[in-house]
Amino acid sequence: MATSTMSCHAAAPVNQDRTAYRTVAVVGPPNSGKTTLFNRLTKLRQKVGNFPGVTVEHHTGYVRDANGEEIALVDLPGVYSLSPKSEDEKVAVDVLTGKMPGMPSPDAVIVVLNSTNLHTHLVLAARVITLGIPTLVLLNMADELHKQDGHVDVLSLARELGTPVALVSATTGQGLEAVQNFLSSAAPCPEPLELPVIGSTRGYREWAVRVGTHAGYRRPATPVWTARLDSLFLHRVWGPLIFAVVVIGVFQTIFALGQPLSNLFQKFLDTTGAALGHHLPAGLFQSLIINGVWKGTGSVLVFLPQILLLFLVIGVLEDSGYLSRAAVIADRTMSRVGLNGKSFIPLLSAYACAVPAIMATRTIESKRDRMATILIAPFMTCSARLPVYTMVIAAFLPERRLLGPFLGTRAAAMLGLYVLGFLMAVATARLLKSTILKSKDAPFILEMPPYRWPLPGSLGLRLVDRGKAFLYRAGTIIMLVSLLLWAATNFPMRNGQPPQVQDSVVAKLGQAIEPAIRPLGFDWKIGVGLLTSVAAREVIIATLGTLYGVDPESHAADLQTALHNELTPAGAVALLVFFAFAMQCMSTIAVVRRETNGWKWPALQFAYMTLVAYIAAFAAYHIVGHFIA
Amino acid sequence: MIFNFKFGRRRKAESARASALADLKVGESAVLAELKLSPPVAEHLMNLGFVPGLVVKVLRSGPGGDPRVYRVDGTEIAMRRDLSEHIDVELLGAPAFGD
Repeated sequence: MATSTMSCHAAAPVNQDRTAYRTVAVVGPPNSGKTTLFNRLTKLRQKVGNFPGVTVEHHTGYVRDANGEEIALVDLPGVYSLSPKSEDEKVAVDVLTGKMPGMPSPDAVIVVLNSTNLHTHLVLAARVITLGIPTLVLLNMADELHKQDGHVDVLSLARELGTPVALVSATTGQGLEAVQNFLSSAAPCPEPLELPVIGSTRGYREWAVRVGTHAGYRRPATPVWTARLDSLFLHRVWGPLIFAVVVIGVFQTIFALGQPLSNLFQKFLDTTGAALGHHLPAGLFQSLIINGVWKGTGSVLVFLPQILLLFLVIGVLEDSGYLSRAAVIADRTMSRVGLNGKSFIPLLSAYACAVPAIMATRTIESKRDRMATILIAPFMTCSARLPVYTMVIAAFLPERRLLGPFLGTRAAAMLGLYVLGFLMAVATARLLKSTILKSKDAPFILEMPPYRWPLPGSLGLRLVDRGKAFLYRAGTIIMLVSLLLWAATNFPMRNGQPPQVQDSVVAKLGQAIEPAIRPLGFDWKIGVGLLTSVAAREVIIATLGTLYGVDPESHAADLQTALHNELTPAGAVALLVFFAFAMQCMSTIAVVRRETNGWKWPALQFAYMTLVAYIAAFAAYHIVGHFIA
Repeated sequence: MIFNFKFGRRRKAESARASALADLKVGESAVLAELKLSPPVAEHLMNLGFVPGLVVKVLRSGPGGDPRVYRVDGTEIAMRRDLSEHIDVELLGAPAFGD
């Protein structure tokens, strides 16, 4: 404490000469409306980045002061306190004290508090002010405070704290000129506040109540509508029913709306790709552009509709406050597998696609639960597995009635594969939560914000932000792998022409791994399919089509016959089981890397899932083979 | 057996005027006394407003009675029974400060 105060005062003459702050940190507790405020101030002028070595993400936005000078606003993770116990708090402390590598020490701090919850939130302000950096305290949600008959005297509070204080509303924009004034003032260091505070949280809290009382703080009443809606949404009978309706709605949006949108998008890209191809001279260059670059871009872009739709739906649920209630409803069920209620919606959306699902786990506050959810999400039967399942099942399983008109053999097999993936997800969650992701010290504690109308502007900014994050950070990896796969199928060249698939590098690789996959009943052609399906699971169909010399689009039945001749029934079961468990999806790998800020987790996940898939496929091949023989 | 156990605990609680938060019924209020939890968890709860001396009210319960939603000083928090049974409350008495 003493050192930070010293450094500020040593720098005071420099401060007085300056016309503006350069870097200003924005800090506030979760549910203080900090992000809404940050978005309102900086709009689209934001960059997203990760702090080195941690999974914590940060946004830097740019605003101009009265003289037109650019100021960087750094949005810190939401924290209640500055005792560096959690990763988020450590990041906040490191940035505020200038210890974060690659991040300039902030010239000033804006503390965003929720004015409807002042006593709890003032504790953070106290901890920031004692750092001795010029501080502006914003009491956010002024509109809610006044509507519910709350009150606070800003001037007395400013006197008590020794810093400027303003009552603002990030949703209506009320009072935000205070931020512009503060940023343009570049006031010299304030007299460091002598807070009569003892180290304990209780001491801080007693101080906060005292200061609040001096400032005439009157807490607003709980909004009537929040109590009314809660008695409906958390009702013993209606609560779970409404939850089920919402969940089905989310699933339908992703599956019935997102999927066709993605397909339409894919068709468009294919058509434009083909049209583009006509304008290029046939040859390697044309193939690189169309089958490499264009297809690669396509395999990145097709995820966008689903990602944006899921984030739109989850954004509405989160901003309205319902997501917390949904978590309470789902918690009892999720706790049986060692997860909490917040994992439910991401896991459900993984049935459509693991990529948006993994990005949606950021609504889970507990780091360990979030990681566990990311790690099990790809076991859920995503839509890319369906074409593979359909083809293999149709090739080997004659359609017969099992339960009258309700259930045929093929549908039963499909259902079985869904159950298989789900059970493995449950088993993995249990394994993780009892070993590397034990959450003894991170129990389920969830704040219930009042219900609010979601702001379209804020939602829109988040969609743009997530879309950009996916395209830049995950998209580059997906693109790279697409190009590598293209190269593997187009080399070595014969007389300037790409080789037949069976002579290409990828075929050589397939033959190289044949000894490893032979115990599963697979030959090298299936091996090539396994390799190319890393681009996306359904690619195995096109690959096998090429290898067997049948066009899967026009001659689906012929491909099934060919597959039937190439694979034994036991091998077919093994192939289905392998696809149920393996992480055959570079987009998922790329997005896990992006969300966990490193290769450690995606590498672990890929190794684990491949191992599980291998062992299970091996077992399936031998057990089924035994019964058939 | 279960019935006896519950009965025994309630009687003991009444004589001491102290109880676990988990034992309060929906709608009941009490004063927070002690968080018998690991330091990081207790610290987190206190940051959210669960400070000894403040009044806590059981607002409502999720399906099946767990987790439940509590209110302290205007903040509403959901937690499971595995935490609330380790939080001691005093059944009667004035709040030490605040509220």
